[in-house]
Amino acid sequence: MINLPLLPIILPFLFAILLLFFKENVRIQRALSLVGVIISLIASFYLLVTVKSEGVLAVTLGSWPAPFGISMVSDMFSALLVTTTLLITLFVVVYSFTAIGEERERFFYYPAILFMVTGVNGAFTTGDIFNMFVFFEVLLIASYLLIVLGGEKKQLRESIKYILVNVVSSALFVITVAYLYSVVGTLNMADISVKITEIGQPGIITVIAVLMLIVFGVKGAIFPLYFWLPGSYAAPPVPVLALFGALLTKVGVYAIMRTYTLFFTHNVGVTHEILMVVSVLTVIVGCVGALAYFDLKQIIIYNIVIAVGVILFGAAQMNEAGISGAIFYLVHDMLIKGALFLLIGIIIYVTGTSNLRKMGGLMKTHAPLGWFYLIAAFGLAGIPPLSGFIGKLLIAQGAFEAGNVWGSIIILASSLIVLLSVIRIFIYAFWGEPMELPKTKRKPYARMMLPTIVLVVLSVLYGVGTEWLIPYVTDATDVLLQPSIYIDAVLK
Amino acid sequence: MELVMAILIGVLFTAAVYLILSRSLLKIIIGTGLLSHGAHLLILTMGGLGGLAPPVISEGVTDFADPLPQALILTAIVISFGVTAFMLVMAYRAYAVHKTDDMNQLKGNDEHD
Repeated sequence: MINLPLLPIILPFLFAILLLFFKENVRIQRALSLVGVIISLIASFYLLVTVKSEGVLAVTLGSWPAPFGISMVSDMFSALLVTTTLLITLFVVVYSFTAIGEERERFFYYPAILFMVTGVNGAFTTGDIFNMFVFFEVLLIASYLLIVLGGEKKQLRESIKYILVNVVSSALFVITVAYLYSVVGTLNMADISVKITEIGQPGIITVIAVLMLIVFGVKGAIFPLYFWLPGSYAAPPVPVLALFGALLTKVGVYAIMRTYTLFFTHNVGVTHEILMVVSVLTVIVGCVGALAYFDLKQIIIYNIVIAVGVILFGAAQMNEAGISGAIFYLVHDMLIKGALFLLIGIIIYVTGTSNLRKMGGLMKTHAPLGWFYLIAAFGLAGIPPLSGFIGKLLIAQGAFEAGNVWGSIIILASSLIVLLSVIRIFIYAFWGEPMELPKTKRKPYARMMLPTIVLVVLSVLYGVGTEWLIPYVTDATDVLLQPSIYIDAVLK
Repeated sequence: MELVMAILIGVLFTAAVYLILSRSLLKIIIGTGLLSHGAHLLILTMGGLGGLAPPVISEGVTDFADPLPQALILTAIVISFGVTAFMLVMAYRAYAVHKTDDMNQLKGNDEHD
């Protein structure tokens, strides 16, 4: 099964193409997309198990030997992320059956999701820096469609800004790849790592490292470059927002972690110092934003920014505890952000508004929603034994080992602000005087709760079952800390 | 030759930045087009100009052009065509709905709707 790493990319792509032929038939759209995601998920689980038992898998397309052809590489880090991506997509697709509305379903909503998953999984799997650009574009073009689908006034206004920011950053990506090619003369990521080790990272490579940080920072929403995120993400309906919040920024984070552990490891004093300072600033501005708004969507959107900062802070430590904490937190954050967005989608459906001041007293009418929201909120803030705890603990431990005491204090203090911001939603929406609710049907509410509850339970299991996940995360950490494992697997 | 290319790329980037910073949506889209053209020429230049023979494997030819940048540019051009077309459609729809192509009037957030 040498082609196994390709399956989670090709299967969603295949089903997306199939779906294009049945534009009008909503029932076929739903059934086929569900089947497609489930089959891809099974393939990705199989991939995860295979990578666990056999180590890094590499496919060279067209049997061109590695530095010349395009290689796709599945190590434990990418396999974990691919599996989490498909898992979240499954729940969002099921949730969309009731939440997105037939108008959008008729207009290529499910194909767009599957194309986006193709791009995301491709970007996680590819072992070729230019192909990473191509897969970024695949996921971006699908996300352009998803963000504007429906054509509301607000969506049109915000999607133009979203597209402009991403087009400019894509141009910058091409420029950066061109510079890198002119210095090392290769595009294969393993080969780039070897060449940079040979020349010992001169200044120009450090400049390219900072350029890469800018490029991926725009996609991943780090400190000065997060400005587009709150406006653009608030425009589309909630299932799309859940997908974007859980997946898209994480691709940028993945790319930063991959390049900063594989390529730019010889001048850590400059590159990782910048990364660390930027990530702490990201956490701070995220906290300010999360406290500033009285809008459900905006509060959780700024929590994305905080999480990006925390993960990159862990990655910047470059020691075992820091990196494995970052991986733990990355997977945790994908699960919990997906769950939280689905939950606030239900709150918005029930109350008919996203303004906190206009809601209250939901606990009397919708108790299960309240309890699951509380569990998810505690999970996000990292109250043990829920899933956010272990990742943050490891990140803080790594930072103390590396001697960055102040940074880790800020990261730990940010947990309190995260807790405050999400509990504020709980207090305003679920406590207090009951407001008059618009008449909504119970049946869609129950159908939306089902995938959400399963996702929340999964995130709890992720926290409780940390012990079983340790071997997987250790494998992923080893690959990131010892590039030679990755290089040997690709170049044989 | 590299110097001429460098100046040309610089001029393209300058024009692109000027256009992207303008207020009219159409000018911004033309600006992104110029930006991607500049980026494509940069790949070509960075891959090394020159090479007398075409990049086809044949006996005894050592001085051939590097085929890789050309392949990269081809891919990047296709992508930027697609994105530009999509943006033009988007800009038209936004103009139809908002009755303006002035970016200043497309400001705003949720609380102003």
